[in-house]
Amino acid sequence: MKLVLPNPGLDDRIPSYDDLERMDKEEAGDRPKWDNKAQYILTCVGFCVGIGNVWRFPYLCQSHGGGAFLIPYLILLVLEGMPLLLLEFGIGQRLRKGSVGVWRSINPYLTGIGIASMLVSLLIGLYYNTLIAWIIWYLFNSFQSPLPWTQCPLNINGTGFVPECQQSSTVDYYFYRVTLNSTTSIADSGGINWPIVLCLLTAWTIVAICCIRGISTAGKAVYVTAILPYIVLGIFLIRGLTLKGAMSGLKFLFTPDVNELIKPTTWLDAGAQVFYAFGLGWGGLISFSSYNPVHNNCVQDAMILSVVTSLTSVYAAAVTYSIIGFRATEKYDTCISDNIMTFLNTFELPEDNITTSNYEEAFNSLNSSYPDIVLRLDIKTCDMQTLLSEGVEGTGLAFIVFTEAITQMPGSPAWSVLFFVMLFSLGLSTLFGNIEGVVVPLKDLNVFPKNWPHEVLTGLTCAIAFIICFLFAQNSGLYWVTLFDNFAGSVPLLTIGLFEMIAVVYIYGIDRFNEDFEFMVGYKPSIFWQISWRFTSPLIVLVILVFYLVTQVQEALTYSVWDPNFEKFPSLASVPYPSWIYVIIFLLAGVPSLAVPAYALCRFVFVCCTKKKE
Amino acid sequence: MEDVVFLLLCVSSAAAQLCAPDASNGYKVRLSILAALGDEAYLWNDSEMFLFRAALAFAMRTADGQNYDVSNVLVCDETPRVSFWFVVTSPLNPTQLVERRQVEEAVRKSRNRINSAFLLTDKTLEFLGIPPTLAAPAPPSPPPWLIVFGVVMGAAGAGIVLVLVTSVMQKRRKKKEEQTGIDEVEEESRAEENGTASDGVYNLSFSDNDRLTQM
Repeated sequence: MKLVLPNPGLDDRIPSYDDLERMDKEEAGDRPKWDNKAQYILTCVGFCVGIGNVWRFPYLCQSHGGGAFLIPYLILLVLEGMPLLLLEFGIGQRLRKGSVGVWRSINPYLTGIGIASMLVSLLIGLYYNTLIAWIIWYLFNSFQSPLPWTQCPLNINGTGFVPECQQSSTVDYYFYRVTLNSTTSIADSGGINWPIVLCLLTAWTIVAICCIRGISTAGKAVYVTAILPYIVLGIFLIRGLTLKGAMSGLKFLFTPDVNELIKPTTWLDAGAQVFYAFGLGWGGLISFSSYNPVHNNCVQDAMILSVVTSLTSVYAAAVTYSIIGFRATEKYDTCISDNIMTFLNTFELPEDNITTSNYEEAFNSLNSSYPDIVLRLDIKTCDMQTLLSEGVEGTGLAFIVFTEAITQMPGSPAWSVLFFVMLFSLGLSTLFGNIEGVVVPLKDLNVFPKNWPHEVLTGLTCAIAFIICFLFAQNSGLYWVTLFDNFAGSVPLLTIGLFEMIAVVYIYGIDRFNEDFEFMVGYKPSIFWQISWRFTSPLIVLVILVFYLVTQVQEALTYSVWDPNFEKFPSLASVPYPSWIYVIIFLLAGVPSLAVPAYALCRFVFVCCTKKKE
Repeated sequence: MEDVVFLLLCVSSAAAQLCAPDASNGYKVRLSILAALGDEAYLWNDSEMFLFRAALAFAMRTADGQNYDVSNVLVCDETPRVSFWFVVTSPLNPTQLVERRQVEEAVRKSRNRINSAFLLTDKTLEFLGIPPTLAAPAPPSPPPWLIVFGVVMGAAGAGIVLVLVTSVMQKRRKKKEEQTGIDEVEEESRAEENGTASDGVYNLSFSDNDRLTQM
């Protein structure tokens, strides 16, 4: 197909095939290289497999029809995820530059895509590392027995527990009050939380040390950070399956509900999850594949990565839901026991009169004989389904549901340490790609003087990012993190993905891209890839983007706050955002998305002005 | 004979009047033996009740100092649940009840001993109206997380120092090699110039540069 926009001077900006062959043979140039293929694959796997695989995918799977969710997920993986993945791998390996360099080589007007990728990577990196700081806080606090979130603190008189803790639960209190000391509104800053600042310092220092020399240090660190989560997940799987109630959790997760497939939200969520799960549009993957040898088989790599990421998601989902099933069963048993005790105490019956096996009959007989007394007793209804679907995504899963489940396992400090070390490794390996996607574009844009070594650039970037993270170290930090999560990582990534595909297919030229593959790998990509790159993938991304924008604009923007004075406490109160938040949202979502046309326009004006002068 | 019976009836009715459910100076006790001990639960019988009364008399003696006896602890309204009311009479005057507050103090003071006598806990041996004094979990100082933080940051600091030292050493090694490389090349070229002066000026650009690029 000859639908290519005119792109003069392309051959001057990109290395030719002879240049590439020469670079490959002589191994000259100061560009870093992977030590071996395994390191490259592990780094990419570590980047793609992140905390979202543990706390986002299982929730989506369960809420959108269990086992049936895998159908839209796999279909969209093949139609949307893999083509974009191969596109980023191919273009990075061919043009041998980071994200800014690649787009600038294709056409200087497209540099905006690289800048957008860099901004998105920076914004996501900021709040992602805050999540890691919270994980580090919990990790540091796991080295004591009993774990600090098992007990409520006493009130001033010493006669009872603090009412906030009494009304909610020990784990809720520990997360919202002890760890975060949350205020009741995003506008109410409430001062700096110094223990969290120390944890942020730890997080950024570790990231800086691991990334200090680029992939030569990060590539060694991934041997630990990418493999450790799998081992820990295996240990948790074995432990989880031996716990009482694990099977009910697994059944709840995987029971297919085919009716969910008819709803469009299921497909939209599946598409969005595939997109974010692969770290597409962050710029890190382009950078990583540019360090590969020229004739590396990137088609194979894309397939391997897709398979590994999806299998990991299912694996993590199984582990998560076996633990959730255990917790729900424990809570259900406690609920029933409490009800039984209430009946025994009120009616002065001997203890073995009502047991868990004859609870139903006993309840019915008592209710029919003394209905008014039973009504006054305020018996709680114990429902397994409600317990299984409680608060099971995001920070709620890791810091509330899982921590509660861990306190009920024998040897809880050890399990807590293992769990948080796993989350830490998952997050850290994703951050390697993140930092790569920020530092390399900054280098290409000549923001720093050229003679500064890479160590100084990384150190400086991490130091500045640490200072910006003080925003999240406030007492309202939780709400800022949620804000960033919702807006910095959604619309901009979709727009970048769309622009990337248009740029490669219609400006770089799909024919040229196919020839590149023939040169690098030995064969042109099959008809499946051609159709995906040209039509299917851009269409799917466009549809998701449009639907997302439409739904966002229609809803009034609200967020959930932890308010002890809320009438339905401990449920989170839904509060509208203050009006100045819209400026922040525009900065987070609008600026990276609009960076592409804005840069092109500025450059056009600049070129016109300089031409006029001449 | 009839007088004795009459006297006994009077005493027991007096006792019955002293101890009654919702008595103003009495407390309700509830035991959950099955919940606490499961398979090792013992049967609640008169001997256990005797032990309870003795334990309570012990508690009163410890708190008050007066010589309380088992007969000073009156129990009534026993239920199959294993719950009952008790009152404590003064050893000096068996018709007078000890104040509620004094009983509460005594129970609180010896709560642990009473619990252990029955292999129960605060939760399974309940004195309704006497909340158990909660043990305040004393946070150890320095807090454990600060210790771990110190260890991790120490390791991180060592890592930073290591990275800086290795990069400085690498730079020095590079400079030294470059310096020796250039010296050797100059010596070679000088030697060659002397040897092959007839062939013209020796062109340095074709000399052995591999040593420099082999980093």
